[in-house]
Amino acid sequence: MGIQGMELFAVGVVIILFVAVLKQFGILEPMSMEDSSDSDLELSTVRHQPEGLDQLQAQTKFTKKELQSLYRGFKNECPSGLVDEETFKTIYSQFFPQGDATTYAHFLFNAFDIDRNGSIRFEDFVIGLSVLLRGTVNEKLNWAFNLYDINKDGYITKEEMLAIMKSIYDMMGRYTYPIVRDDAPFEHVEKFFQKMDRNRDGVVTIDEFIETCQKDENIMNSMQLFENVI
Amino acid sequence: MAAGVATWLPFARAAAVGWLPLAKKSMPKPPSDNKSRNDEILIVNVSGQRFQTWKNTLDRYPDTLLGSSEKEFFYNEETQEYFFDRDPEMFRHILNFYRTGKLHYPRHECIQAFDEELAFYGIIPEIIGDCCMEEYRDRKKENLERLAEDTEAEMATDAPLPPDSTSRERLWRAFENPHTSTMALVFYYVTGFFIAVSVIANVVETVPCRPPKGRVKDLPCGEKYSLAFFCMDTACVMIFTFEYLMRLYAAPSRCKFMRSVMSIIDVVAIMPYYIGLVMPENEDVSGAFVTLRVFRVFRIFKFSRHSQGLRILGYTLKSCASELGFLLFSLTMAIIIFATVMFYAEKGTKETNFTSIPAAFWYTIVTMTTLGYGDMVPNTIAGKIFGSICSLSGVLVIALPVPVIVSNFSRIYHQNQRADKRRAQQQDRHSGSQALCVRNRSSFEQQHHHLLHCLEKTTNHEFTDEHTYSEVCMAESVGYRTSRSTSISSHQGLSTSCCPRRAKRRAIRLANSTVSVSRGSVQELDTLHIQKSSIVPQSRSSLNARTQDLKLNCDDTDFTAAIISIPTPPANTPDESLPSSPGIPSILRNSRQLGDCSGSFTHETVKISSL
Repeated sequence: MGIQGMELFAVGVVIILFVAVLKQFGILEPMSMEDSSDSDLELSTVRHQPEGLDQLQAQTKFTKKELQSLYRGFKNECPSGLVDEETFKTIYSQFFPQGDATTYAHFLFNAFDIDRNGSIRFEDFVIGLSVLLRGTVNEKLNWAFNLYDINKDGYITKEEMLAIMKSIYDMMGRYTYPIVRDDAPFEHVEKFFQKMDRNRDGVVTIDEFIETCQKDENIMNSMQLFENVI
Repeated sequence: MAAGVATWLPFARAAAVGWLPLAKKSMPKPPSDNKSRNDEILIVNVSGQRFQTWKNTLDRYPDTLLGSSEKEFFYNEETQEYFFDRDPEMFRHILNFYRTGKLHYPRHECIQAFDEELAFYGIIPEIIGDCCMEEYRDRKKENLERLAEDTEAEMATDAPLPPDSTSRERLWRAFENPHTSTMALVFYYVTGFFIAVSVIANVVETVPCRPPKGRVKDLPCGEKYSLAFFCMDTACVMIFTFEYLMRLYAAPSRCKFMRSVMSIIDVVAIMPYYIGLVMPENEDVSGAFVTLRVFRVFRIFKFSRHSQGLRILGYTLKSCASELGFLLFSLTMAIIIFATVMFYAEKGTKETNFTSIPAAFWYTIVTMTTLGYGDMVPNTIAGKIFGSICSLSGVLVIALPVPVIVSNFSRIYHQNQRADKRRAQQQDRHSGSQALCVRNRSSFEQQHHHLLHCLEKTTNHEFTDEHTYSEVCMAESVGYRTSRSTSISSHQGLSTSCCPRRAKRRAIRLANSTVSVSRGSVQELDTLHIQKSSIVPQSRSSLNARTQDLKLNCDDTDFTAAIISIPTPPANTPDESLPSSPGIPSILRNSRQLGDCSGSFTHETVKISSL
């Protein structure tokens, strides 16, 4: 019995080795030959060219020079002309090394990616920046509302706000003073809703939002803060 | 992503508008940006070759020569360009670093020239991208080895001794370097001769000589001429003992000498003789005595003092220890596998040699090394199949690590030859003094700090680092509060955290964009160690005014050295020690606050010798 088994095993091993050698020469599997050469390199053929300078100038409030400088930086960073969500998260997280900025970056990405195609093109980038830096206060508030409204249905629910708030607190990280308590985002959301939700229906609409913000001095003053960023 | 971080900062700041409606406190004022927004093209003339680039590109790394105001020293008013009298080929790589954020090492360039260029332009070599880092490191290591050899060669006793050396020192030198005096040379040759004599005597005494009258069997010569051999052995051992005692006396550090390999070989070579003298002519112990005589063959190793090639071989084997270990390990694995298989394959055969698996080990070893004695052969078909697979794989397993060992040996051998050649030439050693850092706060940092500050205001919490965090945890239980003022003037601002959580790559990238790293930044890497140890106590001291800064993670300029150094010092890899790295920058920052910036850092920097 022992001899028989070992012989079978030996013969089996020989067959396997034979097959391995044949595979090496590509004789055994002609099918795999065609894709073997192509599957090595996956060339990314996705590329995007932005619209012309003049069109962008018409759509945004930047000057030509500003657009040029913005595009140079953008192109340097993303030669393909598109920023996908992962890259965006990576970039944004670099500014907040202490905390975890990926969730907030996700929301931010969705706010910038107007046509929801999963990547930010230069036009999206520049249009968003134009609103944030050169837009009117109303436009900025609109943008902020759009950011908070995760499902873009026109209402900010408590859940959406809580998600946003949590992501902001996540960016702070662990080492803060005073230490972030677990219910801090929740509390913050409660305060926000108390302030914004006029008719106490549990959601904040765009009008409630803008109205409340316009009444708040702090918010209105701080809107001018970032104008000279570019 | 290095350049990108700077590019995207305005975007991140703009996005902060999203926090405004939520902020619990009012936002801080942004830093004023005085520099003109208009970008201009600068001309950099390097030895006649003109490079042009945007000013912003150069400004990305404000702590390098080109990014800081240091380049103004090279400004030529008449031609309105910056003129550098350096190698334009190298400058191409430097400029590409600014453009792409990645520093590449050109393979055809000399490593020292490259290092010098980097030092001149204020770029630390650690930024070299992964694609070229390995090549760079290998060349660097090679170069350092070569330099170390040269130091050794210099320190080697070729130069004449100072006249007031003791006789002991002179004796030691005579032993180590026989070419210094004739006496030493004579002694060298005499010992060599006696080693040869001793070894030959050991060999010859086992050769069968013609038996003396009255006997039939052949006697080994050692027993026939036992007195002659004994006398020769005695003479040799006396010489060796004398030599050993002389060396022991002359050695500058006796303990170290006694532990060295050569002295152990000396001892092992002469011990058997003395033990043989002492031991009685007893049948029981004579077996052990015979074993001892084997050790006499170690005398042949004494030749390694006389032959450099032998020393090189020994050194090679030592340096290839890992490859040899791997070879051994893989062979052992293969032996065990094949022996098992062969044993079970041959089990059924009557009167088989493969009586057990250990017995099959012998067959496997002999087959795998392609010796093939033929004392054990498989008879069954299965056995033969597996036997052939065994011999084929044996060739492969042995052939794989051998080239590594060979290349190692070749490299070391050539290095040695080079050292010998260079011994004849004169060497100039320059000790470069590194330029000191120029600390300045870049607008990038200011803006980044403002952004982080805005986040703090939004959530009404502040950034701290691990030390103060744990302090506060402890303090809260005790009820004591360190004074923390929350009002931070905008000019102090925030600092970019030193990316403790980020991967090493990102840490480098972020640092790239804010390379506020000193020129002697290679030293910074070392100074961090020193500062960490020396300044830790101060950070906890009652510098309450300073502790307010602790909660913001780092200062701009100081920590970036930390960023870059974080990957390199083994103690502080961000991958492993997440929480500890924030401590470093705060510590660094305290050091900055302690003295005037350049002053304290100069003081620290000078401690390290330049690279």
